[in-house]
Amino acid sequence: MSGTELTDAPPDGGVFAESGSKFSKTVMSADDIRRALTRIAHEIIERNQGLDHVVLVGIQRGGSWVAERLGSVIASIEPESAVPVGLLDPTFHRDDIGLRPVMAGAQSRIPVALDGAVVVLVDDVLFTGRTVRAALEALNDYGRPRAVQLAVIVDRGHREVPIRPDYVGKNLPTSRSEDVAVTPESVTIRGGQDA
Amino acid sequence: MKHLRSIDELSGEAIRSLLDLADAMAEVNQRPIPKVPALRGRTVVSLFFEDSTRTRLSFETAAKRLSADTMTFSVSTSSVNKGESLRDTIETVSAMGVDAFVVRHRTSGVPWQISQWTDAAIINAGDGWHQHPTQALLDAYTIRTRLGCSGGLEGLHIAIVGDVKHSRVARSDVQAFTKLGARVTLVAPATLLPASLEGWPVTVCNNLDDLIADIDVLYLLRMQIERQEQSLVPSLREYSTRFGLDDVRARRLQDHALVMHPGPMNRGVEIVVDPALLRGSVITEQVANGVSVRMAVLFHLLGQGSELVDESGGQ
Amino acid sequence: MNEWVIKGATIVDPDGTRQGDVAISGGRISEVGADLSGERVLDASGCIVSPGFVDLHVHLRQPGREEAETVETGSRAAALGGFTAIVAMPNTEPAQDSVAVVEQVRRWGEEAGLCEVLPSGCLTLDRAGERMAPIAELAASGVRLFTDDGNGVQDPLLMRRIMEYSLDLDVVLAQHCEVASLTAGAVMHEGCCSSHLGLPGWPAVAEELMVFRDIELARLTGARVHFLHLSTARSVALVRQAKADGLRITAEAAPHHFTLTDEMLRTFDATFKVNPPLRTRDDIAALKVGLRDGTIDAIATDHAPHPAALKEQPLDTAPPGMLGLQTALPLALGELGLDLPEVVALLSWRPAAIAGVSDRHGTAVRPGAVANLAVFDPEATWTVDATRLASKSRNTPYQGRTMRGQVRHTVFRGTPVVIDGEAQR
Repeated sequence: MSGTELTDAPPDGGVFAESGSKFSKTVMSADDIRRALTRIAHEIIERNQGLDHVVLVGIQRGGSWVAERLGSVIASIEPESAVPVGLLDPTFHRDDIGLRPVMAGAQSRIPVALDGAVVVLVDDVLFTGRTVRAALEALNDYGRPRAVQLAVIVDRGHREVPIRPDYVGKNLPTSRSEDVAVTPESVTIRGGQDA
Repeated sequence: MKHLRSIDELSGEAIRSLLDLADAMAEVNQRPIPKVPALRGRTVVSLFFEDSTRTRLSFETAAKRLSADTMTFSVSTSSVNKGESLRDTIETVSAMGVDAFVVRHRTSGVPWQISQWTDAAIINAGDGWHQHPTQALLDAYTIRTRLGCSGGLEGLHIAIVGDVKHSRVARSDVQAFTKLGARVTLVAPATLLPASLEGWPVTVCNNLDDLIADIDVLYLLRMQIERQEQSLVPSLREYSTRFGLDDVRARRLQDHALVMHPGPMNRGVEIVVDPALLRGSVITEQVANGVSVRMAVLFHLLGQGSELVDESGGQ
Repeated sequence: MNEWVIKGATIVDPDGTRQGDVAISGGRISEVGADLSGERVLDASGCIVSPGFVDLHVHLRQPGREEAETVETGSRAAALGGFTAIVAMPNTEPAQDSVAVVEQVRRWGEEAGLCEVLPSGCLTLDRAGERMAPIAELAASGVRLFTDDGNGVQDPLLMRRIMEYSLDLDVVLAQHCEVASLTAGAVMHEGCCSSHLGLPGWPAVAEELMVFRDIELARLTGARVHFLHLSTARSVALVRQAKADGLRITAEAAPHHFTLTDEMLRTFDATFKVNPPLRTRDDIAALKVGLRDGTIDAIATDHAPHPAALKEQPLDTAPPGMLGLQTALPLALGELGLDLPEVVALLSWRPAAIAGVSDRHGTAVRPGAVANLAVFDPEATWTVDATRLASKSRNTPYQGRTMRGQVRHTVFRGTPVVIDGEAQR
């Protein structure tokens, strides 16, 4: 695999500095991410036989930049049809409210009515599936889409609810205790205790 | 943070986070279905020892939009029988399973007394002349939104006019506005100011005309009829002449200046002005923002696993 | 053979300070000297033996509020605090404005037998401030101290009449100084703290105006006036000047007023609501100076029991008052910076003189004197636990505080009513 390297230093100035191990591994480079998004863009166009009624909705917060990037890749492939890009904060629909701190202040911004639309939910990492479940519920507040599809850069497994992605940048086997960080520049795994 | 009893309990940073959360709630309120399941299964009890239909409805609307169950325990003070202590009342209601009490009482300090006798979160919806923290948050939110401030209220000059002495709104607003970086001037005769302003981060001016052209926000407090019977002012007419917003003063306000009032307003006393001249009035907006801010407070107190997490950026 | 002998103590009384055992027989002190013996011994090594304390200001709540305190429970708290005489305030229900009520209170005191209960009498009927109480009749039945405590007499004309009427009676007119129109609805001291907390304030001037008025009326009439629970610096200054002018005026201060400030109300705990209210550091400093220089003659507790149910009300409806009998001695010892004999004077013989009981309380420890004695260890420390105080109520403002100075034995009319900190009846 290209771009794989081992490093002792945590990426991005210590994003994972709180976890026990210093071990981290970059599994996708910026180029890998760009190529994956281009492929996903083509798959979305192909699967939906064009872009009629397709709306990209990024899940706050990790999915927001991914949705924006995907939107511009699609625009460069099909300049004639503009794909609306929205943002969705599933916080208030989570099933773990009260169990852990919840971040304040992310907002939803859905630019078009979703009745009859094909919504492509976009997130950076698919893990337990609970965020996507909450997002599906949150979508209901904005109307009844004809179909909902799911695009992610990384599927790291360990699902706890029956959720399956339609478009995947990379399937990444991980252990439960590892952290996966996705930025526009890289995807890195940070080792946990059983890594 | 377990309770919201006073603005004293919040840092400037915590207030900013709550206002950010209120922004998210305002978006929920604009949805076709303005309701989210965040507080499903939580029970919020309004415990109003003093009538205030507006505040109670605002809290109950907020709780319902977050899918909490609400109960109302309305007590006119006269009907609380002499033998039952406040503590008995709280312990009885708590036993029904309550996650939060929203408390309004005519006496300062009751929310603190109650918090000793229950594990539920206490939200102060007004205690005596002391505090009304959600009013201050919604006032700050309204100013921040209308004047397009990012973060706090840095650099704004806010005049709070009228009966500061008997006003929980004034006490809460002074703290909230100054913690957010605003400069506050109190405008009132000495009879309507507290006996001591030691430790208050404010200046005092007793002539509204001296600063009317300089301020960004004119906050008019409610003037109660009893105050003239208590000889705190000779008459409401004289009060209105000295401290009311009339046409002349309204014309001298800066173009962007906001006119605020906690309601209910005494027309002809605090405000004697042609409504057309009141372009900066945000009084109904204050009411609407009340729901978003109270949703933020309820979610913050009941929806979090621990301390307020200040997340900025990330998009 | 002596019935009792108190062994190993240091004697502190108006005669001075010395070592010596004190023997008791037949209700009186029988011998004072070294190596005395008796049938029974009260160990007092390391302790002070002094004349019993006299509290000019106690609310016993009986008749009318027996759920808060009774004459018996209050007497027990007094005995445990080293007091052998207490003046019972007249704000009972019915008020102590008739010989019948006064004698009933006195009788309950005798039945309890723990200390001498000296009922005060009202200045005005039902303490309403409208018509003079039967002061001469009450005086004839043995009442010495008259007050409407809880209320000040608001009408200057009525107060002048009372002063004039009392001139040929051997009585003390004790005023609760509070101009009521300035304190309507008040919950705490008016100042920085009340302004911040939004609680209606009780301004210092409401006390000072009445202190000033009564000083001037006393100057006019020559009446014998005592000021209850002084709480402000200006009040102390006014009394100091009046004494310098030669007026027959005395004053008392309560331990809570020289130990606690209005800041305590920041907890919104109604335990700290009291009338007059807790004031500022400056007032505390002035009270201490007044206690040291003799401006203030006595420490009086204003022991004011209230049941928990009433203190757990909102601050405006909760009644004012706090317990004081069992914490007065350690606070006086620890907080005033006075020599021990000065502290005992403020607790014992000076208030005894005001109460008119110097023949039997606060007397020098000599053979022949009535044996009303307090024995205390000035160094012993203990922690205040409201549930273990003798009062029926628990509203002590010192809950959990560690105190230095503890009453060990109290002897009332020759009988040890407290032995080793335990009430004997």
